[in-house]
Parts: sequence; structure tokens; C-alpha cells
Amino acid sequence: MLRLKDLRTALLVALWFVFLTFPIMVIRVNPFERTITWRWQNMVLVGVGSFLMYLVSRIVLQRKAARQKQLRLGLIREKIPWSQRLLEEPRIYLPVLAGVAVFALGFPLLFSTYQVNIMITALMYVMLGLGLNIVVGVAGLLDLGYVAFYAVGAYAYALLHLHFGLGFWTVLPIGALLAAAFGILLGFPVLRLRGDYLAIVTLGFGEIIRLILENWNEFSHGPSGIANIPRPGLFGIEMDLNSAIIYLYYLMIALVLFTVFVVNRLQNSRIGRAWFALREDEIACQAMGIDKTRTKLTAFALGATWAGMVGVIFAAKTTFVNPASFTFLESAIILCIVVLGGMGSIVGVILGALVLILLPEYLRAFSDYRMLVFGAVLVIMMVFRPQGIVSNVRRTYTFRKENRTPEASNTQG
Amino acid sequence: MDYFIELFFGGLTRGSIYALIALGYTMVYGIIGLINFAHGEIYMIGAFTAFIVASVLSIYGLPLAAIVVLTLLAAAVWASCYGYTVEKLAYKPLRNAPRLSPLISAIGMSIFLQNYVLLAQTSDFLPFPALIPEFAFLDRFAGIIGSSDLVILLVTAVTMICLTWLIKFTRIGKAMRATAQDRKMAMLVGINVDQIISVTFIIGSALAAIGGVLIASHVGQINFFIGFIAGIKAFTAAVLGGIGSIPGAVLGSFILGLTESYATGYVSSDYEDVFAFSLLVLILIFRPAGLLGKSTIEKV
Repeated sequence: MLRLKDLRTALLVALWFVFLTFPIMVIRVNPFERTITWRWQNMVLVGVGSFLMYLVSRIVLQRKAARQKQLRLGLIREKIPWSQRLLEEPRIYLPVLAGVAVFALGFPLLFSTYQVNIMITALMYVMLGLGLNIVVGVAGLLDLGYVAFYAVGAYAYALLHLHFGLGFWTVLPIGALLAAAFGILLGFPVLRLRGDYLAIVTLGFGEIIRLILENWNEFSHGPSGIANIPRPGLFGIEMDLNSAIIYLYYLMIALVLFTVFVVNRLQNSRIGRAWFALREDEIACQAMGIDKTRTKLTAFALGATWAGMVGVIFAAKTTFVNPASFTFLESAIILCIVVLGGMGSIVGVILGALVLILLPEYLRAFSDYRMLVFGAVLVIMMVFRPQGIVSNVRRTYTFRKENRTPEASNTQG
Repeated sequence: MDYFIELFFGGLTRGSIYALIALGYTMVYGIIGLINFAHGEIYMIGAFTAFIVASVLSIYGLPLAAIVVLTLLAAAVWASCYGYTVEKLAYKPLRNAPRLSPLISAIGMSIFLQNYVLLAQTSDFLPFPALIPEFAFLDRFAGIIGSSDLVILLVTAVTMICLTWLIKFTRIGKAMRATAQDRKMAMLVGINVDQIISVTFIIGSALAAIGGVLIASHVGQINFFIGFIAGIKAFTAAVLGGIGSIPGAVLGSFILGLTESYATGYVSSDYEDVFAFSLLVLILIFRPAGLLGKSTIEKV
């Protein structure tokens, strides 16, 4: 499929990237000792890498174009993606689900505490991803300050425990409600804004919260944070560290199931369909009589609720909070989970979270490249597969045969 | 009173740098309606390239004048190339995609570039060589305006005049304005829209790089993370003035620069960034179109 022309272009692309990355990749200056290191091996790496990457992307794009041409000509039918088939066939998904359930329940028995700890983190991100999915994936509002609600939850637990001695179970709903309140608070000023402004305002909001936590020492204990936050209790039973972690793990499993249940019900509800409509076309949505203000605010509030809950859990898990845990990068990671998994798709977001959080943990050697890869994933997914790993299956209604009038079949076709 | 004037010039200096970055945002937004999140990173890469080139040249012992010229040139050239490449890779394939896609792609690009510089260079703060000499005739005003403030103001003024001339009186400027007004129509009258978009990215990136070199030399240190905050603030300035409007971006930048300077000077420097973000939120609530922007109604 590749022609000589493509190879020549690839060579030019490689040369361009070698030139582009020359100062930053090759030269390294030590300004204190006034020495220069020339790293020529990086130059070769960039050249070869961009050459191959160009060819790969060329092949992918060519195949995509060829498929679309065949589709247009009616030579092949639209293939149902494997993920959708998996979700629709009870014969396939029931055993898979059972397997996942057994694995999830047996996980702490099979693996060490360290592994369980990592899994808890991954499950926390599953919840965060599902929460952000409501805002970004379903309602189509790009929220870059999601970490602010996470911080609200974490600090709610830390401060309420410090000042009033409240326990985990009391604060869990309080944290969720508080985050929802912040969601509405943020929602009001940005209601009138279009998508792109919204992104930057939420980004600013996230930074404001972090900066306040960092600088208002009397309130939040500043950059040094708050320590000695108790782990979640179980009817006052004393637990050692090991069993506390295992307990937290099962708690997370329960909460994730709860989240999946609620989010799933929400998406198929009246408000959920209003969110989808809002995402597709705001003006048409208003014309259909949907209250834009209320719909947007509920999206913000319900999205933030989960972040608040995970925040409380985060504080309980690490027993320590400080502002450094709530930077923009955290928001970016959660966004990456939603985008990689597939915006609006629950299964996709769960997969996305597990992949993005577990992979860097097990590929320690590459952990430095984590954020680099996350950035690249966002771009590559948008360019090549905007629907994510598991594309969202929209709810469809089929007419039964006997009711099918010619008009109905016309509108369908 | 001296303190007041000192803060005034400090604010103007800040404002000039914001203006140089904000112009890139506003021009790109005017033409393709996209917030180029990676713009702050282009500014950072411009400053980093300048750091590398200036350090290498000074180690080889070139005279200061040659270093200044070559450094500015290298920073502008490389930043433009980065801007051009980013547009081709991350935005061009998404030109007809839903609105959210290019935004997410832009955020991804921004994270990628930040970590690229972090991994290829260092995460430490690096001392930036002083490119601007101390002028003797400014000694009388010591404590009010430094020589680097003066240079920044002058360079910004000259750049603004050149840019205005470019956009108002040249063929390419005319094509840019036409593309901003109506992209399809511009295509119909024979303007190569892709080329105009590339040119916009190149000009915006070069301006940001010049801003990056000037501020890095003024502050004396750089880091891979400087683009993030500078980018958000410049964006705030662009929105304040009315995004898409070039005089608006300049006006907004000076207002933001002065506000920050006085707020940090008289209130508290801990909340420096909070002032800018709060200002942004306030403008968007009360005047989303900005000071010089026209509010448009979305039509179907």
C-alpha cells in the first residue's frame, strides 16, 4: 500500500522533526559549570521514530479512508464494534461479568497488600472518571477543574475531623453534598459560556481552590497539609493496617458498584437524555423545551458529588492531605481516562481508568514518561478514534413489526 | 509615590509580556475559533530555546550584541516551527470535528510539550543569562524603571506597530482578516485558508517566543512549567479585551498587568494568581464579550 512517494514524505517529516527537536533534544547546557553535552543519539532516535510514526499513521489513515469508501459504495456493511457485541450478547457478557466479579472479590486474597493498595487507587479513579464522565462525556461540558471538587471532599473530611471529630461515615455524604454545592457555585457563572470559555474558567476555578488551600494557613494548614486522618471505621472494630486496607478495598468495590448503578440509571433517565441533547446541540435542545440552566447545573452538581466522595475516601486512605495532591495534572489524568475510555460510555471509562492507572504502576521503568504519554493519548485519540476504546452505545428504540407504518420506517431510514 | 510609579512600570512590563502572548491566542481564536491551550507551551519552548542558544553562544565567547540577535532569532524561528507543527498535527485533522475535540487535543498537546521539555531537559529552575545590559542613563531612575523594563516596553511597542501594519496594510493581513470574518467565503474568493491558518500560528508563536525571551531575561530564570500560568493569564487578558480583537488583547493585557502589579504591591503577593483568575471569572459573568469585543448571538 505504501508508495515510494510516501517514503519520501516520511523522510522529509523525519528531517523536519530532527530540526524541530534539535535544540531541546540534542543540546544540554549546564549553566553553572558552563559545559555543553551533545546528545546525538537522541537525534537519531527522533529521526527514526518520526519516520516510522509517519508511515504507521499513513497506513492507518489509508485503511480508514478505504473502509469509508467501501461503506459509501455499499460493498461492506457497517461492522458492529466488538465492544458493542460484547455488551449486547448475554451469552458473552454474563460469563465475563461473573469472571470479573470473582476476580474482584478474590483480589485481596490472591495478592499482597501493596497490590491491593494500587487497586484501591485505580478504583478511586474509576469513580472519578465516572463522575467526570457525567459532565464531559454525557453533558458535553469540558470541565478542567474537576480536581477542585476532589479537594473539597478531601479537605471536608480532614477539617471536619480536626475540628469536630466527625468520622468517615458521617463525612462521606457531607463531602459529597459540599462538592455538589461547589459544583452549583461554579456552574452559575459559567452557565452563559460556550464550551471553550467553560474549559478555561473551570481550570481557573480549580487553581483558585488549590491556591487558597496553599496560602490560607489558618484555615487549611497551608502547604504542610493535615495529617493523622483516621481510616474508615467498621462499627468501632479495631483493625491493623493490613485488614484496614482490605476493608477499604471492599468498600471501594461497593462504592464503584453503587456509582455504576446510579450513573447508569441517570444516563437513561429524563435528565440523562436531556444531557445528551445538550451535548449534541444546545439551541435545538432549548427549542425542545429543555431548561438549559437546570440541566447544566444538575450535570455539574451530580458530577461533582462523586469527586467529593472520592475526596473523602482519598483523605481516609492516605490519612494525610495537602494541596500538592490537587494540581491541574490530576484533572488532566481524569480527563484522559474519560477520553481514552470513550466519552459517555460507562464500561469504557472503567476500562480507561484501569488501563491508565494500573499500566504506569506495573511499567515502573516508564513511569517518568507517564504524563508525556497521557498528553499524546489525548491528541491521538481525538485524531484517530474520538469515540474512545469502547464507544458509547446510544439507547435506541425499535418499533415492533405490526406497528410499523410506512412513515415510521421512512423516518428510521 | 515612588512606590506607586514603580508598581505602574512593573505593571506595564507585565502587561507587555501578556500582550505578546495574548495576541497569539486572540489571532488564532479569531481565525479558527479555537482556544490554543498549547500556546503557553510554545512561549515556554521559545524561552527554553533562547536559554540553550544563549548559553551555548556565551560559552563559545561571542559578543553580547551577536548573542542577543541570534538568540531572539533562534527563539522566534523554533517557536514558529513548533506552532506550525502543533497546528498540523493536533488541530488540522480536527477542523470539522465537534467543538470539544480540538480543545481536548489542545490540552493533550500542552501536557505533551510540557513533559517533553521536562524529560529532554530538566525539571530544575535554570538561570537565564542576562541579555539586556544595564543602561547608565537610567541610573537616575533607579528603583522606578530598570533597563529591562524599558527594553521590554520598547520591543513590545515596535512589535505591535509591525503587527498592526502587517494586518492592516499587507496582502496577507487582508487575507487573514477575510478568513477571520468568514472562512468559507474566503475560500471561495481564492484565499488559501490552510496557509493563512499556518501563517497565523507562525506569527502568534514568534510573538510568544519574543515575549518569552524578554521575560526570562528580566526574571533571570526559567523552568518547564512557566508556560502554564503565563498561558492562562494571557488568555485572561485576551478575554478581558474581547477575544478575537487585536487591540482588545493589548488593552486587556495592560489592565491585567497593572491590576496584578497593584494588587500584589498593596494587598498580598501570596494570592498573585488568584487575582488574575478571579478577574477572569468576573469578566465572564458580567461582560462575556470583553471590553472591545462585540457580543454575537449564535444563529442556526
